[in-house]
Amino acid sequence: MEAILFIITALIAVVSALLVITGRRPVYSVLFLILTFFCVAILYVMLGAQFIAAMQVIVYAGAIMVLFMFVVMLLNLRDKQKWEVSTALRNVLGFAVAGCVLLITASALKSSFNATAELNKDYGTVGAVGDLLFQRFLLPFEFASVLLLTAIIGVVMMVKRRRKSDDPEPQELSATPTEGGTGS
Amino acid sequence: MIVTLEWYLWLSAVLFCIGVAGVLTRRNVLIIFMSIELMLNAANITFVAFGRFLPDANGQIFVFFVMAVAAAEVAVGLAIIITIFKHHSSIDIDKVNLMKW
Repeated sequence: MEAILFIITALIAVVSALLVITGRRPVYSVLFLILTFFCVAILYVMLGAQFIAAMQVIVYAGAIMVLFMFVVMLLNLRDKQKWEVSTALRNVLGFAVAGCVLLITASALKSSFNATAELNKDYGTVGAVGDLLFQRFLLPFEFASVLLLTAIIGVVMMVKRRRKSDDPEPQELSATPTEGGTGS
Repeated sequence: MIVTLEWYLWLSAVLFCIGVAGVLTRRNVLIIFMSIELMLNAANITFVAFGRFLPDANGQIFVFFVMAVAAAEVAVGLAIIITIFKHHSSIDIDKVNLMKW
């Protein structure tokens, strides 16, 4: 039963991933990537990681793909344009390199892993993950929040609309000459 | 037939290679970026699969941090893409070649 669910979910994930990279319009690629993320969330639930599955849906499918959709709509891209058609050599080489990467990872999968399967009752629950996050991994957790803050500041600075000429300083305030001049 | 660890690892490898093919093949910057997210998700599947079958609870912690870093990276990367689009009026990756020889 679990094997059937795994096979169906894995097939849907792989097919929609293929449709992401060969999509005709960027909007289709975004939607198929959302479908892939939902399949990955189903796989996380099958692996007992409930909290991570919820995070996957909320963060990846709910926030990151919404960002992508925003940008796709903002840039107002049409169908695959003339400039976007890759040469046949590029396609062949791209898939050949991907095939080589698959070969390398397949050679690592040759050895069988003797992995047991007993889990304690609260494996993957929010409480168990929270215990680890706030006790053993507290420092990386705080660093992750600083990282997100840095990303927010960087993004706002990059996309902010800059006026050509800022307002010049009023004359009465610059009584003393400054060192390099107030170049704006 | 029970689902073993190798099944998940094979799925993760296939998804990762599809992401690699997407990055190398497409010229649209947004599709390249989405393929990078696909690769990150494949790595996340590997982490969670090993975490379940070893068993080790630290795999999910790492996935948590990968998701946080991926969210920050997507935000910054999309801001860069918007800036590139403002400059070139196109998002062809071959036009972003100022640092090429």
